[in-house]
Amino acid sequence: MTTTTTLSVRLESDILAARQHGREVAERVGFTGSDLALIATAISEVARNIVVHAGGGAIMISELSDGRPGIEIVARDDGPGILDVELAMQDGYSTVDSLGLGLPGARRLMDEFTIESQEGHGTTVVMRKWIRTQPGQG
Amino acid sequence: MSVPILKQGPFLIATIQAALSDAELQALQDELSERVGRHRTRGVVIDVGAMDVLDSFATRSLRVIADVLHLRGAETVIVGVQPEVAFAMVRMGLNLQGLSTSLDLEGGLALLSNGHRSS
Repeated sequence: MTTTTTLSVRLESDILAARQHGREVAERVGFTGSDLALIATAISEVARNIVVHAGGGAIMISELSDGRPGIEIVARDDGPGILDVELAMQDGYSTVDSLGLGLPGARRLMDEFTIESQEGHGTTVVMRKWIRTQPGQG
Repeated sequence: MSVPILKQGPFLIATIQAALSDAELQALQDELSERVGRHRTRGVVIDVGAMDVLDSFATRSLRVIADVLHLRGAETVIVGVQPEVAFAMVRMGLNLQGLSTSLDLEGGLALLSNGHRSS
């Protein structure tokens, strides 16, 4: 069974709420220590991307329990979209004088990261992280 | 939530209690900039020990604050970066290079005191 929570992201305070909720879900799934910080930071980056570039959207956070436990974060907006996704995923690329590390950074924090965007039709980011199986613990 | 700023000897200590919004970071920058002038402060310690995330925005904000304070004649030391936060930053490709860091408040104050003696 998959439990999904959808959080509306429009204001800056929603970024904090999204990453706090994501951390709670990640803890429930069984993530610990630095993985929690990685997940919370990745959520923070995609949520900020929505607030800054799209003005509003939603973040869906799911516990993945089919097979290996993990967490899935979907960030969806109906903003202007990204003209050149490949360019936007390059380090240091920014249209708003930020560090340009948000999306490429989030990709480095998670196990899976896909981004789909169409000019005028918004952007969807899907990212997943799986619990690392400890040697000797099955 | 505003960030408490304490004056300790010739230095100021700002302790960030929790995740800050853009507006709060801006307010912290303005407040520190003003108080550096009022107290003729030569050094500021910013304690981020309570922050569970230092994302690209927060990192950039700390850098901006340090740059502004530098122009006002004060050095900034960032202290208290948590181990898992440091790990996440490195994985992301973020760093605080160009900024002074120290393990904790004590270390930060020692760093500022030493800087004073040598300059």
